Amino acid sequence: MRANEVLGIVFSNAYDKVLKELCEIRTMGSVPFCGRYRLIDFTLSNMVNSGVSNVGIITKEHYQSLMDHVGTGRAWDLSRKNGGMVLLPPFNTATAGKNENKVQALNGISSFIQGSKAEYVIMTDCNVVSNFNYNDMLEFHKEKDADITIAYAHGKAPKLPDLLTFNVEGDGKLSKLAIASETDKEVNYSIDTILIKKELLEELIHDVVSQNKELFERDVILANADKLKIYGYKVEGFTGVIDSLLSYYNLNMSLLAPEKCRQLFDQNAPVYTKVRDDMPTIYGLGSQVKNSLIADGCIIDGEVENCILFRGVHIGKGAKVSNSIIMQGTVIEDDVTLDCVITDKNVTVSKGKSLSGVKNYPVCIGKGIVI
Amino acid sequence: MAGKTECIAMLLAGGQGSRLGVLTKKIAKPAVPYGGKYRIIDFPLSNCVNSGIYTVGVLTQYQPLELNEYIGDGRPWDLDRANGGVHILSPYQQIKGTAWYKNTANAIYQNINFIDRYDPEYVLILSGDHIYKMDYSKMLAYHKEKDAACTIASLEVPWEEAPRFGIMVTNDDNSIKEFQEKPKEPKSNKASMGVYIFSWQKLRQYLIEDENNENSGNDFGHDLIPAMHANNERLFAYHFDGYWKDVGTIDSLWEANLDLLNPNVDLDLSDTTWKIYSRSPVAPPHYVSEKSVVQNSIVSQGSTIEGSVEYSVLFPNITVEEDAVIYDSIIMPGSVIKKGATVQYAIIAENAVVEEGAVVGERPEQTENLDDWGVAVVGPNVKVGKNCKVKPKEMISEDRV
Repeated sequence: MRANEVLGIVFSNAYDKVLKELCEIRTMGSVPFCGRYRLIDFTLSNMVNSGVSNVGIITKEHYQSLMDHVGTGRAWDLSRKNGGMVLLPPFNTATAGKNENKVQALNGISSFIQGSKAEYVIMTDCNVVSNFNYNDMLEFHKEKDADITIAYAHGKAPKLPDLLTFNVEGDGKLSKLAIASETDKEVNYSIDTILIKKELLEELIHDVVSQNKELFERDVILANADKLKIYGYKVEGFTGVIDSLLSYYNLNMSLLAPEKCRQLFDQNAPVYTKVRDDMPTIYGLGSQVKNSLIADGCIIDGEVENCILFRGVHIGKGAKVSNSIIMQGTVIEDDVTLDCVITDKNVTVSKGKSLSGVKNYPVCIGKGIVI
Repeated sequence: MAGKTECIAMLLAGGQGSRLGVLTKKIAKPAVPYGGKYRIIDFPLSNCVNSGIYTVGVLTQYQPLELNEYIGDGRPWDLDRANGGVHILSPYQQIKGTAWYKNTANAIYQNINFIDRYDPEYVLILSGDHIYKMDYSKMLAYHKEKDAACTIASLEVPWEEAPRFGIMVTNDDNSIKEFQEKPKEPKSNKASMGVYIFSWQKLRQYLIEDENNENSGNDFGHDLIPAMHANNERLFAYHFDGYWKDVGTIDSLWEANLDLLNPNVDLDLSDTTWKIYSRSPVAPPHYVSEKSVVQNSIVSQGSTIEGSVEYSVLFPNITVEEDAVIYDSIIMPGSVIKKGATVQYAIIAENAVVEEGAVVGERPEQTENLDDWGVAVVGPNVKVGKNCKVKPKEMISEDRV
């Protein structure tokens, strides 16, 4: 990829509704993940590791935590003189809407897209966790002389609104594109990572807006499926799609398998995030930790099994925490028992309390709650 | 031209730290890793920022490459600033010729122009050799209150250790009566911490005089401060009573790391009101497996622990394989301890490999003659081969097979 060949556009809250427990106070992009990350870190790191150095982040509402997290883009090396990272909240003019859907959002940032010197645009979503080189996808796109390339995975389709499914022909061309209906069968489904020539995107968006249509998948992709050369690029390596609290929980837990963890946190394509300057984690006398991922800044005096502990978590003496995701700054006091629980940031569970969910229905405790 | 700055810090980071042997073969002492994620220099740099001193000159000389890269633009310490910030000051060529920094005072002398650019009222002189948390702004307030020419931070040390230090004998008002440099018979147990605040115009004058004095060794403790004392300048001791440790030897480095696990030691790095900043590696949280045992230890990000770790400090990106045992040891970034290896009372430097079944160091109670016992050290990038042994007190810089 030559410099500024591709413009990145990240939708930070296209699917907030499917994870409402954690997205009530934040965007999907700023949902904490795997001990020290936010979901947007994965796509931003993929962008940077693939040489995309101009990234616009589209956001709609409650984006304070997102702004706080991404800052100037420095942590991803996206604080640049040319390009870099730009946050794109709704910009209220007569023609632009409030980023209620992708078409409206893309139309709202048309001047940003127009101003870019890039030849291609890659659009991504934050509910996908992957370590994926967009460069390889660009090579594929050029080789096939495609109009649109959609990255896809194969398996049980996630339950997302307007999810695209399709058949993939031998050469990678897509056929039988459709909006997914609920099925338990394994299918090829889009992971909402779409590569397209900038001019074509501008043209397509202009067309649907002028026809007063608004669904990106239906009105931009499906409506043009016969006219355009649409190819599928299969994602290799670790890929997870979040479509519910349970899938969020399971995706976190899947990283307790070291080989999965190594796939996602590939040393040649590191995942960047904002630094918090915690001291390393301190294990006390009598601590017992099994099969867990532990971020910096924790103080552990109790028992922890099959858990993900975020930065700065305290586990008191005699506490037993299992199968849980404990987010940043949570304090678990002495003799507490937790099983299958997700605690949002800065929760306190006071001495001796006990709480449990079940593995296919974890309990979620909201930010800052004291139990 | 920079604007006027009240106080700037000059951090002497050129020391070799020769007593740290293989650990400082390729890096300067201030770049030596400490405490699971830090380097020694993080302490004075973070102290400066937390004390509101945002202009810091770092004087480097010995093996500066890694240190320069580590400091970079100073961003991790919030010292990337339009006005001030961190500056690396290495010796440079001048009309008179090229001169290395001969000694501490000479190093500052050679940078008079740098200091003048900021036109400071006061200059804080620091060294990159110590682990401590200190509010320099309080010391500066004291310096002003005493209307001192020079204020020297002092610490009470155990009497039996006093002969190792520069000792100050003080009057009732804390003004300095007498200096004793490493005295056999100390008259006081107030030791100099190597932290000085000078009024810049005074220091400037004495630096020039010191440079012109051919008999001077150009050292702050030996020459410049005694010269000020001889001229009846106002010199005061500033009492500090927190944790302070010189990590100049293998034993003291090992001890200072394990001090972090001692609840009776007054050094809390988790205190958010006085953070110690460092350049963090990009790595995921650490993983502790089903079979592992981790007790009373410090572990940082990117590591995978499948063996037993007790009373140890582990830096980022370490692999401890199954059945490997680590007791009372310091394992620096990127090292690998393979299956069934045993590491006890040891320091394993960066990116070293301890192969299967190898044994590094031993417990003092296992040793017959305690005089032969000490902390074992495996140098950076060194490999200890399968079933090989590194004896206590041994320090290896080449692969052992």
